[in-house]
Amino acid sequence: MGRVRPLHHAARRLLLLFPRPRAFSSAAAAAPSREPLHVCVVGSGARRVLHGRQVLLWWIEQMLKGHEGAQVDIIDRLPTPFGLVRSGVAPDHPETKIVVNQFSRVAANDRCQFYGNVTLGRDVSLSELRKTYDVVVLAYGAESDRSLSIPGEDLRGIHSAREFVWWYNGHPDMCNLAPDLQSTDSAVVLGQGNVALDVARILLRCTSELAATDIADYALDALRGSTIKKVYLVGRRGPVQAACTAKELREILGLKNVHVFIKEADLVTLPADEEEIRNSRIKRRVYELLSKAAIAHKGKNNNGQKELHFVFFRRPTRFLPSEDGVTVGAVQLEKTCLKDDGVAGKQVAVGTGEFEDLKCGLVLKSIGYKSLPVEGLPFDKYRGIVPNLKGRVLSSESENATVEPGLYVVGWLKRGPTGIVATNLHCAEETVASILEDDKKGLFMGPSDSKKQGRRGLLEILEQKNIRFVPFDGWEKIDSKEKMAGELKNKPREKITTWNEILMASN
Amino acid sequence: MLSRISQLGARLLRENRAVGNLASSTTSYYRGQLSRRFVPTKNILFSTATTSSDRDDGSQSKEKISVTFVNKDGTEQTISVPVGMSILEAAHENDIELEGACEGSLACSTCHVIVMDVNYYNKLEDPTDEENDMLDLAFGLTETSRLGCQVIAKPELDGMRLALPAATRNFAVDGFVPKPH
Ligand SMILES: Cc1cc2nc3c(=O)[nH]c(=O)nc-3n(C[C@H](O)[C@H](O)[C@H](O)COP(=O)(O)OP(=O)(O)OC[C@H]3O[C@@H](n4cnc5c(N)ncnc54)[C@H](O)[C@@H]3O)c2cc1C
Ligand code: FES
Repeated sequence: MGRVRPLHHAARRLLLLFPRPRAFSSAAAAAPSREPLHVCVVGSGARRVLHGRQVLLWWIEQMLKGHEGAQVDIIDRLPTPFGLVRSGVAPDHPETKIVVNQFSRVAANDRCQFYGNVTLGRDVSLSELRKTYDVVVLAYGAESDRSLSIPGEDLRGIHSAREFVWWYNGHPDMCNLAPDLQSTDSAVVLGQGNVALDVARILLRCTSELAATDIADYALDALRGSTIKKVYLVGRRGPVQAACTAKELREILGLKNVHVFIKEADLVTLPADEEEIRNSRIKRRVYELLSKAAIAHKGKNNNGQKELHFVFFRRPTRFLPSEDGVTVGAVQLEKTCLKDDGVAGKQVAVGTGEFEDLKCGLVLKSIGYKSLPVEGLPFDKYRGIVPNLKGRVLSSESENATVEPGLYVVGWLKRGPTGIVATNLHCAEETVASILEDDKKGLFMGPSDSKKQGRRGLLEILEQKNIRFVPFDGWEKIDSKEKMAGELKNKPREKITTWNEILMASN
Repeated sequence: MLSRISQLGARLLRENRAVGNLASSTTSYYRGQLSRRFVPTKNILFSTATTSSDRDDGSQSKEKISVTFVNKDGTEQTISVPVGMSILEAAHENDIELEGACEGSLACSTCHVIVMDVNYYNKLEDPTDEENDMLDLAFGLTETSRLGCQVIAKPELDGMRLALPAATRNFAVDGFVPKPH
């Protein structure tokens, strides 16, 4: 054994150089030293945060390892890297944010630079980037919302969960949202996925617990003054089809001083449900958790506790105004039942024609994020993603589409804002593999007169347009100021939330 | 040099295929061939371990068990792990490619290992709810999957073999049907 091990180590180290075994196929060896490969990543977000490691970082590490000559520049419209890790992941989930520390490690590498406060589509165009870089990777996520398209959606008091999440996380675009939490005792959350559970949890959790997190200060104040006592989580389908994961569900079911309401009738399963439970471990465990919670809370009287109601088999059909005519006063819900959709063997909700109104003064729609296209980018409007083949952007979603050379996509923009969390890493790995494969094929070795400028070119563009970008050390300054201010209040950081202040702090 | 690399690569690639099959098959497959390391004399070790730890907590660390990791590429590494140490920690100390990104705080599942012999699996304490929550999300989950940060070395586990899931080589991304290797 002792003699064999050194070889193992050597072999593994080699493997590290080549992230995927495929690199060993006939075209084997590393590219001979030549011009650096100029790579630009748009969006510094974080696929697969749940798996603890930020995928973008992992991705860049793979890229740098897999190609000795790769030089990776990241641009982000925010001066602060990390996308949803900063403005999405709930403040009371600090373990998910461990990744933030890892960023510094990658950014310490000369071959990787961060340019914050640069927006694709406004400050630089896609065609400019493609002219400047050999490889452009779009990772700008999903920053818009699906809409319900039902009457009354514009009433005051109705927000998307994204807006609300950005607000409590101090995203500079939403720091002025000021949701009214003081004129009602009931909030309705439409949707039952993890994001829905996040916003419901923030509404219900003791503010003394929240105070120790990096939640935005103004949000904490607003939540302290909140009069909301009841939160309704509304789902079109049943407990077996709830889109959340057991971890998040367990967390909200375990909140202190919250009484959970689940109708026993909703827990009755049909053969098709049982089939779903058999086929999916997550569904089985989510269903079991809900059933247990229903029993545990049954018959207990809730003396003054806050209430969390799971409302199954209901879909929103319109929003009704309150007396003032401009604020939402109720959601009209239609009862649903499940039908086999005949195609994917999935059960879908269909309306029964029976309606009821649910009174509330705040509605948070958590029915999905949506990506936005930028000019010159093929975009599948129906699915809200960029058509791609293993991360290579395709010219259209039709069958005879061609590959857009040098253009790749990763993250929510590639797969849509859903999916099994566990597939996220594979999604990113797939895109890296495609790039390295294309590089081996020599696709980025154009004629010598068309050499890409890379970083130098980007800096020229930014200078010409007089765009003040925030480099990584600018973020570090913001970071240390936030941390210092946080220390005074016994929290991890005190987020700076307005555009002006952020830019000032970066100096 | 380059051709040597590619030869090595080709071999690793072949082995990789082999372990791909391994990881996706059921545990019964492992049973026969894999418990040969388990020698009865270790039971004696077990009793000494308990007595010594009864007497003095500190001396516990003297007891070590042997654990074998089967890497994604099919290669194997056998390491000795002090009783009381987590498998994740031990893997890190020995440069084994087990990620463990959340450093054992049960917020990821990157320390996923597959216990290759169900008899060993049965010797482990049942996973807690929190571990199960994370296992839900582990890629390539099997009946004998565990999180390495939650498995603590104890004498009965001497000779245990753990496979690192070969999952990251399978592109089961939405809508993309993985081809068999
Ligand atoms: C409310 C909420 C809570 C979540 N909680 C968790 C959790 O607890 N654990 C977990 O693992 N996952 C969680 N997730 C999921 C996780 O955040 C996502 O999977 C992941 O962030 C998606 O990564 P992405 O790179 O596709 O997009 P994002 O992370 O959104 O990154 C996109 C980045 O691109 C930038 N950008 C956007 N447009 C432009 C432009 N035009 N030009 C330049 N830059 C641009 C943005 O500023 C942003 O930094 C949560 C998601 C949401 C919505
Ligand atoms: S290291 Fe994250 S769960 Fe084990």
